[in-house]
Amino acid sequence: VENVRLLDRLSSRKAALGTLYLTATHVIFVENGSETRKETWVLHSQISSIEKQATTATGCPLLIRCKNFQIMQLVIPQERDCHDVYISLIRLTRPVKYEELYCFSFNPKLDKEEREQGWKLVNLNDEYNRMGIPNNYWQISDVNRDYGVCDSYPTEVYVPKSATAHIIVGSSKFRSRRRFPALSYYCKDNNASICRSSQPLSGFSARCLEDEQMLQAIRKANPGSDFIYVVDTRPKLNAMANRAAGKGYENEDNYSNIKFQFIGIENIHVMRNSLQKMLEVCELKSPSMSDFLWGLENSGWLKHIKAIMDAGIFIAKAVAEEGVSVLVHCSDGWDRTAQVCSVASLLLDPYYRTMKGFMVLIEKDWVSFGHKFNHRYGNLDGDPKEISPVIDQFIECVWQLMEQFPCAFEFNERFLIHIQHHIYSCQFGNFLCNSQKERRELKIQERTYSLWAHLWKNRADYLNPLYRSDHSQTQGTLRPQMAPCNFLYKFWSGMYNRFEKGLHPRQSVTDYLMAVKEETQQLEEELEVLRERLVNLQKSQLTDNKVKSKQQDQSKQLGLSTSNNSLANTPQEYSNDLKSFPSRSPSQGDEEDSALILTQDNLKSSDPDLSANSDQESGVEDLSCRSPSGGGCLPSEDSGKDSDEALFLA
Amino acid sequence: MEFAELIKTPRADNVVLHRPFYLAVEGTLCLTGHHLIFSSRRQDNAEELWLLHSNIDSIEKRFVGSLGTIIIKCKDLRIIQLDIPGMEECLNIASSIEALSTLDSVTLMYPFFYRPMFEIVEDGWRSFLPDQEFELLSSVTDEWRLSCINKEFSVCPSYPPVVIVPKSIDDEALRKVAMFRHGSRFPVLSYYHKKNGMVMMRSSQPLTGTNGRRCKEDEKLINATLRPGKRGYIIDTRSLNVAQQARAKGGGFEQEAHYPQWRRIHKCIERFNILQESLIKLVEACNDQSHNMDRWLSKLEASNWLTHIKEILTAACLAAQCIDREGASVLVHGTEGTDSTLQVTSLAQIILDPRCRTIRGFESLVVREWLQAGHPFQQRCAQSAYSNSKQKWEAPVFLLFLDCVWQILRQFPCSFEFNEQFLIMLFEHTYASQFGTFLGNNENERSKLKLPQKTMSLWSWVNRSEELSKFQNPLFEANSLVIWPSVAPQSLQLWEGVFLRWNRPSKFLDEAHEEMISIIKYNKELQAKVNALRRQLAEMETDDRMQENL
Repeated sequence: VENVRLLDRLSSRKAALGTLYLTATHVIFVENGSETRKETWVLHSQISSIEKQATTATGCPLLIRCKNFQIMQLVIPQERDCHDVYISLIRLTRPVKYEELYCFSFNPKLDKEEREQGWKLVNLNDEYNRMGIPNNYWQISDVNRDYGVCDSYPTEVYVPKSATAHIIVGSSKFRSRRRFPALSYYCKDNNASICRSSQPLSGFSARCLEDEQMLQAIRKANPGSDFIYVVDTRPKLNAMANRAAGKGYENEDNYSNIKFQFIGIENIHVMRNSLQKMLEVCELKSPSMSDFLWGLENSGWLKHIKAIMDAGIFIAKAVAEEGVSVLVHCSDGWDRTAQVCSVASLLLDPYYRTMKGFMVLIEKDWVSFGHKFNHRYGNLDGDPKEISPVIDQFIECVWQLMEQFPCAFEFNERFLIHIQHHIYSCQFGNFLCNSQKERRELKIQERTYSLWAHLWKNRADYLNPLYRSDHSQTQGTLRPQMAPCNFLYKFWSGMYNRFEKGLHPRQSVTDYLMAVKEETQQLEEELEVLRERLVNLQKSQLTDNKVKSKQQDQSKQLGLSTSNNSLANTPQEYSNDLKSFPSRSPSQGDEEDSALILTQDNLKSSDPDLSANSDQESGVEDLSCRSPSGGGCLPSEDSGKDSDEALFLA
Repeated sequence: MEFAELIKTPRADNVVLHRPFYLAVEGTLCLTGHHLIFSSRRQDNAEELWLLHSNIDSIEKRFVGSLGTIIIKCKDLRIIQLDIPGMEECLNIASSIEALSTLDSVTLMYPFFYRPMFEIVEDGWRSFLPDQEFELLSSVTDEWRLSCINKEFSVCPSYPPVVIVPKSIDDEALRKVAMFRHGSRFPVLSYYHKKNGMVMMRSSQPLTGTNGRRCKEDEKLINATLRPGKRGYIIDTRSLNVAQQARAKGGGFEQEAHYPQWRRIHKCIERFNILQESLIKLVEACNDQSHNMDRWLSKLEASNWLTHIKEILTAACLAAQCIDREGASVLVHGTEGTDSTLQVTSLAQIILDPRCRTIRGFESLVVREWLQAGHPFQQRCAQSAYSNSKQKWEAPVFLLFLDCVWQILRQFPCSFEFNEQFLIMLFEHTYASQFGTFLGNNENERSKLKLPQKTMSLWSWVNRSEELSKFQNPLFEANSLVIWPSVAPQSLQLWEGVFLRWNRPSKFLDEAHEEMISIIKYNKELQAKVNALRRQLAEMETDDRMQENL
């Protein structure tokens, strides 16, 4: 469709004219005119909603909202075209079969071996070995070999040595969806462990001997402690309501030596609505400070993030400081349980704060234990009530920790943002389906590529320059401040307003330091070369050998290649609110014109700047657009598609 | 007056000091004329706390049996608690502190007694003189002149003795204009934008009153800054409503009919007690110990502090935009022209002028646009967030300005030569200091108090390399461009370095800062090494060649 206008969300006056293309996988908008022919690519799988708005004089507006928080506003001249686009997109963004997803057609031009290598990057058996398992207390169990006991669990499950197959199967029958207690994390320093399960089917009075034995076995696997914590991550009221349905929580009287604890994290529906409310605030056109803060508070989002963190902190403390094992569950044990176990692991073990370790952590607590990626992130057309930003919240918890412990993580914010992006993009096979069983049936590893290999290949872009493996923050357990430090939890504009570059700091400390470190490395190498030359030269002078040095070229000038300072900026519309502060005195009719002149002139003068500079900025910062120099932080592949997503520049 | 009279109990032993994030320590408390000194001589870590009485904002006392507790709340927002055994001692100490922290005579303040322990390399009182500033200006334009009309502070008591005005306007006209402006603050040059020759002026409101008085000289004066056929902008820092109401009290705003070449834009920046209330609420929220996440954001919102930040920044950006993008001259004023006006003019300069983003340039800006421009520091900074005095003239105007600078610094972390600590240091010294720089309300008062002769300037201390190193931003790379900050709510943050300074653990952030410094330091060392080697090699090679040529 030609002559489509792409609107700037912050300013209705900034619009780009161009052509809209629909392909099997992408929506592509190509700008007319400018030499660069700026392109905006949006994956169909990223689109969360399409809204057709009332036709105006200029055309028919189409609003596309994406799961990675991008918003695209298009105006299509012909109502008929608009309708066609709308109908096509509706169909394209609601695939019904996995085979329709992008990862099955995505081809990064790697050979078979490279693909297999990619899938081998993260290996959970290695991970349990790293924890020191199997050992005297824990072993691998093949009870779930053919998914016979629990179809949402992996085939290989780690359980206490004293838990026989009989106990496991018995226990599984007493747990929702047969998700019996299994090991998530083991602390080899003190034998304390984190186990996870679903809720027991206790109803008001039911009990199960095998389940009680199972918990007993977990306790015994930690000889240093005479009890275990059982943490129910639901609000007490929710757990009690479940009893009426024959589910519920452990009765302390029936289980010997447990301490039962509720930690109220709300359910997926509350979280979905909370995100929705927060995004509405982010979408406000020019919110006042009060609108924004009030809306943020009202959404409850940060409160939920804090609840998850507090649960993680509680468990990490129990394991690290008290040396007590913990069993965590919620209802089904695949949402809140995954959040809380992975936050606790992250706090406890510095390995998970490395790039590789973080991949392992997601693979362990989310992918292998049957977090329902397909349902939660709406990859296939499904029940909208199943959708919820569960892993988004975990990713934000990590970011909040990064803000509090700037030296503790090997990776940077961009790494988190790219992972979030690909959980929705369906470009890689890692997060397809709802369980390991489904993925195996689909032969994901043979037919798609692994995200981890892709991220690993580009790891230089994701390094936190402040990370040093010998730094004190990278050792041992992280101990974040607990309440009352509510103010430590901040709005993450880098994620939720990710595509509005104008809102972000114009210079990035991370990128600056990365550039400095890169230069430092080059300097180190050059120093080596120079020293060698010096030695050679001295030698040659001694022997009177006159060697004409042609190495001059080598000593190239090393200026900071990515100096950010060249970026100029353009003012925002500070005078936007001119209208709300009527500057017009009754006698003066054309005052408003002047207000208009002010902004329009400004626009004309600043527009070229904007595009040029934004490119520069984005080269280092932006996920979505590749700067001419190849900023190199693209999630997309070398398949010739330069920008996988949008060049949606505020 | 002898301070000794006020000190009833000069010393108490076995006092326990409590501070957040530190273990309680036992030690000895001493009171002197200007300081509260707590020292613990514990074998493992002896430590001393020196607190200026003038830094104390409020003091509370409590008793449990004969153990007295004094809670001291400081103007820099820190709160400490002292447990003092003995009811009488405790009462004596509390009342002494109360008396000493509320001395009403300026000349009893510490700067008049302070004897510096460092060598004075440069007298800060003479570091930033108007003549130097004018010299810089004369090198780029000859349209302006230095007027000594206010030599004896006779025309405008809150202006400095010399001001920069358009060359075409003589002193006689200035006198007439002064009569037409509130507090005689006639329009003077605030900033000259080299890039396009546009200027920013500041003044107070015109005294048009209800009957629309006009002053031809005033019109002539501000028109003198316009290029032929060009328009200028008047940024009134009050809402139109407030400006209209001001007419009833003899004030007002420039009527379009009399200033046809000027467009007036009203921005609404709050003043006085509204700001002070906002600060009090914000600090209260930051100190809230409740565990409830709900309350925090709504309290932050209710304080309106960030709203004020947004308004001030927006007005400053607008002024800068008019000058740089519209190529128009700007006049900024509110009512008196001593508060919101200065916030706008000084922030606009930080946006426009790279020089103001250097340490020296920023100091010069503070001197020009705040001290010499007659911001009444002594009145505004008499009390801070914990005091109950609630005087109309108390207001965190300068703190808001520093906060705005911090917001810009956060968005452009590589464009400032100074760091956050520099701004925090300035905040502290405006409220309590051993230096005389921020005493008095204007140059007139300062000269009457003979501050340059009797006290030490803050700049004499700061501008020594030992101190400067603490305030330098390791990421700084001179950026000659105009920097446009974002004023969207998502882009503005609470200034934790000031408001959460005493209630959050800063260890991990400090470590990150150190790491940053060491990364850059190592890089510079390597660079130096490489350069040295290169030079050595080059020399050897030329030697070589010379030998070859022989």
